[in-house]
Amino acid sequence: MQPIIRVKNLGKRYRIGAREAAYSTLRESLVETLRAPLNRLRRNGASDDETIWALKDLNFEIMEGEVVGIIGRNGAGKTTLLKILSRITEPTTGRAELYGRVGSLLEVGTGFHPELTGRENVFLNGAILGMKKTEIESKFDEIVSFAEIEKFLDTPVKRYSSGMYVRLAFAVAAYLNPEILIVDEVLAVGDSAFQKKCLGKMQAVAGEGRTVLFVSHNMAAVQRLCTRAILLEDGKVIQDGPVQQVVLKYLDTGIEQRGERLWNDLTRAPGDEVVRLRAVRALNLSGQVANKFNTTEAFVVVLEFCVLAAGHQLSAAFYFYDESGNLIFVTGDFQSEAWNERTRPVGIHRSICHVPGNLLNEGNLSVLAGISTQPYTARAVEPDAITIQITDDYKPGGARGNLTREWPGGTVRPLMTWRFEFDPLSNSELGNS
Amino acid sequence: MIGTVQVSPGSTPKATERPPLPAVPVVIVEPTRFWVALDLRGLWAYRELLYFLTWRDVKVRYKQTLLGAAWAILQPLLTMLIFTLFFGQLAGVPSDGIPYPIFAYAGLLPWTFFSNSVTGSGNSLVGSSNLITKVYFPRMIIPSAAVTAGLVDFAIAFVVLIGLMIYYKITVTWTVLMLAPLTLLTTMLALGVGMWLSALNVKYRDIRYALPFLMQLWMFVSPIIYPVSMLPARWRWVLELNPLTGIISGFRAALLGRAFDWTALGISTGISLALLVYSAFSFRRMEKSFADIV
Repeated sequence: MQPIIRVKNLGKRYRIGAREAAYSTLRESLVETLRAPLNRLRRNGASDDETIWALKDLNFEIMEGEVVGIIGRNGAGKTTLLKILSRITEPTTGRAELYGRVGSLLEVGTGFHPELTGRENVFLNGAILGMKKTEIESKFDEIVSFAEIEKFLDTPVKRYSSGMYVRLAFAVAAYLNPEILIVDEVLAVGDSAFQKKCLGKMQAVAGEGRTVLFVSHNMAAVQRLCTRAILLEDGKVIQDGPVQQVVLKYLDTGIEQRGERLWNDLTRAPGDEVVRLRAVRALNLSGQVANKFNTTEAFVVVLEFCVLAAGHQLSAAFYFYDESGNLIFVTGDFQSEAWNERTRPVGIHRSICHVPGNLLNEGNLSVLAGISTQPYTARAVEPDAITIQITDDYKPGGARGNLTREWPGGTVRPLMTWRFEFDPLSNSELGNS
Repeated sequence: MIGTVQVSPGSTPKATERPPLPAVPVVIVEPTRFWVALDLRGLWAYRELLYFLTWRDVKVRYKQTLLGAAWAILQPLLTMLIFTLFFGQLAGVPSDGIPYPIFAYAGLLPWTFFSNSVTGSGNSLVGSSNLITKVYFPRMIIPSAAVTAGLVDFAIAFVVLIGLMIYYKITVTWTVLMLAPLTLLTTMLALGVGMWLSALNVKYRDIRYALPFLMQLWMFVSPIIYPVSMLPARWRWVLELNPLTGIISGFRAALLGRAFDWTALGISTGISLALLVYSAFSFRRMEKSFADIV
């Protein structure tokens, strides 16, 4: 079967020097040329340390009707790939063949002008996205009702609340009907009710047999919408396959050993001249490195850091995030009196946090580790330092009790105390004569 | 074969019932060589966007201002009045036997269109950076929309010219028909200059500051304040190197029923066409890096 998108050896290189001074003045160009003519010639040959490859040798094919998630860390090249497929920027090497019309949503409200009314902006934005005037007219009522702004159609958009703005912007884009739909992180806007609506609409679009490329950091959304996912890192395809597998690989990537993150080279570790991170580890209660725990199980997270300069008060903290990127809780060693009001001596410190069982719900958690000073300045931060998997083994003694059905959800699953009271009903209350 | 498909109630047609994919890709995205094709078909496909962007520029301009559409008239009109006072009356600049106000206005009309269009399109790409980095459409539409917006103002200012013609009791001859091709010629020239400057501006932001200065100079080397006849015959060819000379003389000749200077017009047409073609190809060549550096 013929693919609808075929990508062969696609690569995109950016000149770093050129990016720092994205545009120049004629004077600068002239002075540069006069001062070091050889420099300019050398740079045109693109020496390695002056360029970065945002994408390198990408090869993949997408079949018609597939809904594919493109995932990866920030800087992996996802947006660059989308921009190339949308013809916004040109590749340096390779090619992409598109066998259908492309509609791209890289941002909601592109081209919205604050002085124009909602009605006028629907037409303007629709035209910018590639819809014909007749097309917009025929879908106008649907767009307005999806956005729920019937009453405000004729007020200038600058008077809209941010929620209304975003709803209208997404509504226009939602009714764009290309054969290939490319969406970049636009679900990250709006309240949860709106996000649900957007997700629903995208599922409908996918259900109609259109091909969808979806970039998101929201793994829950990716798993709901997509059947296949492509994981990018440093501009290369790391994995391409069924969405569950690839998402798992993404959450694991960057860990040298499962449950542990090490920095052997202090010069490359997060931090500054005062403190540098050395390791972040999750341990079970036996002291072994692990990253899979039962909901009822307590475990330990350790932040090992190296203090290089004396005389500073430092605190270590962990931020626990769920799969959707929601912050579940923050905990820091400042809650203990041990190092408050004391400066840390030079050396290797370990702050050990005991996380009790029966707190967290099952799922994949991402942990951010950081060191900061008082007054608050972050000194060393590593987002996504480790991933911890909380599983539900249906063990007794937890919040589950003897419930056998699927747990309804929730960010946390604490064990609460329940009390019971009972009053029997008298005969008269029962309605007996 | 695609015939009638049995669709049971509640089910949606699946991908297998869609028309087959084309054998040749709709779009191929690959690195382009130095010179890039013009993609006229793409421009035609996006013609409605040109209308919408022009409509947006015009509408926004009038919504924000107190005087709104009056600005299109005030600019050439007030300039004409000042020129008439200082150059026509006080300095005694000749005007080829035409009343100075009409002489000046007939020159100011195409000039204002040209200069506003070039300034507008020169800054258009940089001003639309949010569009360029987020959506695809042929980028030439952006500077073109600035030129068509200028055309709208031109049409409004033209009404004043009609008023002036009536006031000075100028008889209209067949030459007025030449106004259409002359306007087209001015549009081509404005597009040629504007497109090229807009592309350059993305890379070299000096252009933004150089433009007002450039336009000022250009005004003085065009026969707006003074007639071509003011120069000694030996030197008139220098003035004719400026494509606007032929256009402005042509405008005056068309309005007042005089003889056309076909040589000057020929030079203007030649330069304008060459500039437009060069500018279009140059724009396409520079287009590939717009999204990366804007």
